[in-house]
Amino acid sequence: MNKRALFIIPGLLFISMLGLLLFGLGRDPNMVPSALVNRPLPEFSLPGLELDAAESIALITPEDLTGGISIINFWATWCPPCHIEHPYLVEISESEQGLSFIGVNYKDDLNEARLFLEEKGSPFKKIIVDLDGSLGIDFGVAGAPETFIVDSFGMIRYRHVGVINHQIWEETFEPVISSIQ
Amino acid sequence: MRTLLNTPLDGTDLNPLLQDFGLIVHPPFLYMGYVGFSVAFAFAIAALLSGRLDAAWARWTRPWTNAAWAFLSIGIALGSWWAYYELGWGGWWFWDPVENVSFMPWLVGTALIHSLAVTEKRGVFKSWTVLLAIAAFSLSLLGAFIVRSGVLTSVHAFAVDPARGMVLLTIMLIVIGSSLLLYAIRAPAVKGSASYTLTSREVLLLINNIILVVSTAAVLLGTLYPLIHEAIYGEANRVSIGPPYFNTIFVPLMGLLAFALGVGTFSRWKKTSVVYLKQQLSKVLIASLAFGIVIPVIVTSEFNISVIVAVVLAFWIVFSIAKDIFNKTSNKETFFKGLKALSLSYYGMQFAHFGMAVTILGVCLTSHYSVERDVRLAPGDSETIGNYEFIFEGVSLQQGANYQADRAVITVLRNGDEYITLEPEKRLYYATQAIQTEAGIDVGLFRDLFTALGDERGDGSWVVRIHYKPFVLWIWLGAIFMAFGGVLAITDKRYRSKKTVKQSQNESVLSGSSSSKPTMAAES
Repeated sequence: MNKRALFIIPGLLFISMLGLLLFGLGRDPNMVPSALVNRPLPEFSLPGLELDAAESIALITPEDLTGGISIINFWATWCPPCHIEHPYLVEISESEQGLSFIGVNYKDDLNEARLFLEEKGSPFKKIIVDLDGSLGIDFGVAGAPETFIVDSFGMIRYRHVGVINHQIWEETFEPVISSIQ
Repeated sequence: MRTLLNTPLDGTDLNPLLQDFGLIVHPPFLYMGYVGFSVAFAFAIAALLSGRLDAAWARWTRPWTNAAWAFLSIGIALGSWWAYYELGWGGWWFWDPVENVSFMPWLVGTALIHSLAVTEKRGVFKSWTVLLAIAAFSLSLLGAFIVRSGVLTSVHAFAVDPARGMVLLTIMLIVIGSSLLLYAIRAPAVKGSASYTLTSREVLLLINNIILVVSTAAVLLGTLYPLIHEAIYGEANRVSIGPPYFNTIFVPLMGLLAFALGVGTFSRWKKTSVVYLKQQLSKVLIASLAFGIVIPVIVTSEFNISVIVAVVLAFWIVFSIAKDIFNKTSNKETFFKGLKALSLSYYGMQFAHFGMAVTILGVCLTSHYSVERDVRLAPGDSETIGNYEFIFEGVSLQQGANYQADRAVITVLRNGDEYITLEPEKRLYYATQAIQTEAGIDVGLFRDLFTALGDERGDGSWVVRIHYKPFVLWIWLGAIFMAFGGVLAITDKRYRSKKTVKQSQNESVLSGSSSSKPTMAAES
C-alpha cells in the first residue's frame, strides 16, 4: 500500500465515528420502543435452566407460557439492578400465586445463574436460557432487567424497563394485571 | 417593591448521589488528566507544524503526559471507589459508557508514555507517538461529548442536553479533524533514524503499544456498539453491551500485557541478547510459577485456573522488578549505594509496574472470592460468613443536615469475639425525595466487610446486603502506586536543573542513550 495512504486512515476512522455520533445525537436514548405491546409472543424454542439437573433437554416454546397471566423477567447475574430487584421478585411471586413468573436468563453464565438462584431463592416457575441474547432481540430488550406482562392468550400487554419494587408493582403492574384478568 | 409570584422556599438540592466527598474530588482529578493531555496534544501539533519531530519534542512532552496520566489514574480510581461505597451493591466497575470514556484516554495515555520513551531515547516511532498524543486528547473530547450529550444511556447522565452535544461535536470536528488532516499531510515525511532488532526494548514497547491500542479499540467498539447496531438495524432493535463482552476481550489482553511487561523490564535498547533474556527470565518464570501456583492452592485448597494465571502474572511482574533492581545494584559496593544511584524516573517506572501487579491481584481475587449475601434479617438475627458473624441489632431514625436516615447497627463478631460495629444507612433527601444508600464498610488490607441496608419488610425485618470482599482495596492501591510512579518520573532531576538538561540532551543526541547518573552522583 502507498505509505501516504496509511496516514489518512486515522482521519477516515474519525470522520466515520463523527457521523455515527451525529446520528446518535438525533435520537432519544431513553425512548423505549414498545412495538411488541399488544402483539403475540415472538416464536422461540429455547432450553430451560434446571436448578438440580446439569443439563435440560426440554425446550420451552411460547405454548408453554399460555393459559394464565405470565410475568416474563429478563435478568442476569452480571446486572447489578437485577440483584436489587431479586428479593422483591421472590416475595411477590410467593404472594401472587395466580401469576406464573418466567425468568429469561439473559446472556449469562449458567453456573453463576444456578448458584445465584440456589443462594437467593428462585421466584421463577420456568427459566428460559437466552445465551446469545436472541430472545432478547426478539423482545426488543435494551438491557437487564426488563419485565413483560403477557396475558393468558400469549399477547404481550406491558413492558417495564428497570427494577421492580413494591411501589412500581402496586402502581403499574397491578392495574395492568387486573385489567386483563 | 415587587414580590415575585411562586418564589420557591427552597432550592431543588444537588443530586444526593453527588453529595459526597469522593465525588467532589473525583471530577477535578479526571479533568486534570483530560486537560493535561491537551499539553501533549499541543506539543504534537507544534512538532507537526514546525516539522521538528526530534528527541527534544518527546522529552518535553514526557513529564506533562506523566502528570496527566497520574491525575487520570487517581480520578478513575476515585470514581470506582465511590461507586463501591455509595451505590450500595459493592460493585467497583460496570463498563458503563461514561466509565469507558475515562478509561480510553488512560489506556492510550499509557501507550503514549511508553512510546514517548522510545521516541526520546532512540528517535523512532515518531509519527506513531504523535498519533497517540492526538488520540489521547481526542478521546478526552469524545468523553466530554458522550457524558454531556446523552447519546448513550448511562448511570452518569446527571446533566444531559442534546443542544450542547451539537456544540461539542463541532468542537471535535474542528480540533480533531484539523489535527488529523495535518497529520495526514506532515507525518509521512517523518523518518526514524535508528535501527533495532526483534528482541530490542523498542519492539517490546511496540508490543505494549499494540496491546493497549487494541484494548482501547475494543472498549471504544463496545461503548459505541449500541449506536452502530441501531444505525444498521433501526430504532426498534436496541442492544446493550454488558460486562461479559468487555471482560472476555479485556482480561486476556491485560494478561498479555502483564507478560510482556516482565520481558520488557530486562530488555535493552537496540538489541537484547536472547541468551541473556532467557537466563534472566527463566529464574523469574520458575519463581512466579512456584509462588503463583502454590500460594492460591494452599490458601483456598482448590485449583482455580484463572486465579492461578492472574496470581502467576502478578508474581511475574513483581519478581522481574525485584530481579532488575538487584541486577542494577549488584555492581555497586553496597545495595543501598546501588539503590541511590538509580534515577527517580527508573523508580517511577518500577512503582507504576508494581501498581499494575497489585491491581491485577485485587481485581482477580475480589472477582473470584467475594461472598455476597442478600438476607432478610429481623433485629437479633445474624448471618455468618467464614469466621465473621454479622448480628443485626436494628434500625433507628437519624436526622442529617438535609436528609433523614434509617441507620442500622450491625455488630460483627470475629471468631466469636466482638470486632467492630458497622452502620449502613439509607437516606431520604428532603428536597429531591431521593433515597440513597450509604454502605457500612470495614476496610482492611486483605478483605473488606461490606454492608448495605435494603428495604424494610413490614414485620420489622430488613433486607441487608452483606459482602465479604477479599483484596478489594488492592484495586485502588494499585492505582495509587501507578500514580505515584508517574509523579516520581516527573520529579526526576533531569527535568529540573538547567545543567542537567543540557548534559543529557547532548547525551541523547550523541549516543542515543540517556542516563542521569552523572548528574545525580555529582549532586548527591
